[in-house]
Amino acid sequence: MNTPAIWAIYKFEMMRAWRTLGQSLASPVISTCLYFIVFGSAIGSRITEVDGISYGAFIVPGLIMFSILTQSISNAAFGIYFPRFTGTIYEVLSAPISPLEITLGYVGAAASKSMILGLVILATAHLFVPIEIKHPLIMLLFLALTCLTFAMLGFIIGIWADGFEKLQIIPLLVITPLAFLGGTFYSISMLPPFWQTMTLFNPVVYLISGFRWSFYEIADVNVGLSLLMITLFLGLAMGVIWWIFKTGYRLKT
Amino acid sequence: MQDIINIEDVNKTYKGGFQALKNIDLTIKKGEIFALLGPNGAGKTTLISTICGIVNPSSGSIRVNGFDIERDYRQTRSLIGLVPQELTTDAFESVFNTVSFSRGLFGKPANAAYIEQVLKSLSLWDKKDEPIMNLSGGMKRRVLIAKALSHEPEILFLDEPTAGVDVELRKDMWGLVHHLRQEGTTIILTTHYIEEAEQMADRVGVISQGEIILVEEKDELMAKMGQKQLVIHLAEPLEAIPYTFDEFDLSLEEDGANLVYSYDARGNRTGITRLLKRLSEHNITFKDLDTKQSSLEEIFVELVKQPS
Repeated sequence: MNTPAIWAIYKFEMMRAWRTLGQSLASPVISTCLYFIVFGSAIGSRITEVDGISYGAFIVPGLIMFSILTQSISNAAFGIYFPRFTGTIYEVLSAPISPLEITLGYVGAAASKSMILGLVILATAHLFVPIEIKHPLIMLLFLALTCLTFAMLGFIIGIWADGFEKLQIIPLLVITPLAFLGGTFYSISMLPPFWQTMTLFNPVVYLISGFRWSFYEIADVNVGLSLLMITLFLGLAMGVIWWIFKTGYRLKT
Repeated sequence: MQDIINIEDVNKTYKGGFQALKNIDLTIKKGEIFALLGPNGAGKTTLISTICGIVNPSSGSIRVNGFDIERDYRQTRSLIGLVPQELTTDAFESVFNTVSFSRGLFGKPANAAYIEQVLKSLSLWDKKDEPIMNLSGGMKRRVLIAKALSHEPEILFLDEPTAGVDVELRKDMWGLVHHLRQEGTTIILTTHYIEEAEQMADRVGVISQGEIILVEEKDELMAKMGQKQLVIHLAEPLEAIPYTFDEFDLSLEEDGANLVYSYDARGNRTGITRLLKRLSEHNITFKDLDTKQSSLEEIFVELVKQPS
């Protein structure tokens, strides 16, 4: 295992986030605060409770999940796309480093940044509403698995993209609608029966539901199913990355 | 001299069907400076990129220090440093950090003292904290060399190392290359500057349309392929060359003041003695003699010249 190489990539990516702290941390935290103000205070004041939890507290897991989904993808996609764009990827490709080590470096850094962001948003949310975490270890497990899986998805997008526009297409046109429709701001039991069934085809439902369960022990779907789904997504993402390195797709000619 | 790179029957065909490398067989010797010459699109960068692991060969085998570049990629790549043709750098990173990053990528533990030594040897030490985007093109080129040297490679690929750099920097780089060679580094350079190959290389390879058309010791190449000319500065100008000199390849220059004899330096009998004797027999006297040899550039142009 070329540990210095993994560390070099990881450190490089973390330093990049540090240099752009406003973009990587302040911006998503401010956005989340705005959601709290709009949904938690303005709209939330008219919705007293959901499944026995105050509306403000109810939306916290969904908001954290929403932020880390989009940020994991953006961080990892940009991390691998930028060296491809500038041409500095030649150095990684010519180094004595395996595909697994490259992935660990880039995806590990993107997932770490999202984890930190998730925890900062959690701390920020605590300033607005009282939060109880009934299963902190499971909460951390969901957080870590989601960050890792979506950082891998971002890594795949960063390799697939051939322009900056494509980097934004999946987070904006796919992930954001899925997160909004996946129970970030409501319980799917509040929907008519037809839409409840339709929503079960939205993979983000399982992530938000499982994550919310770790806080309040309330869930739209069984927590075991949520864990199974996130593990399946992780396996799928790993399979695609394995194929990318095996074929050299968009990396090698 | 021991072989360090063995390339056997390597082909590369890109997806569109363009064959960039055709049956390449080439051996690089340990410790030598090998210049790979060729016109644009000849396959120089593809060949280097293939050896370094950036481009997948379509067929054939490449061994570096006895290791296969695909099966034993960790061993082969850790021996190689690559300075690419394009100025591809991390614009926002500092010089010191980017060079340290490269060292880490190649599996070497951090060594600030070594990085300092490399940066000082490239006159970059006073720029170590400068973001790369603030540097000039020449300085960026030095940074790329520092990155390639950061993991103490035994083989250094320089892909057009002095493209777009000023004369002073070019000479600095030549000095650096000679210094690295003295320390035992094998250097493979591609260049458009024939002067560069002529100055530095031990051996020269010429690639054209994906094929290696010649590999030769530079001095032997120049001796073999070099057309030599004897310039005879006449005491009195000639209006025409007498017909009795028809057997010699002669021409008049400078309004008849110089008689130029072109001959093949490879031959045992160059005809010079006979020519001088014949001049004496015709009472044609001269003030001075001068010889000129074809430059590597002239040889290169001749080699890659397309049939019309």
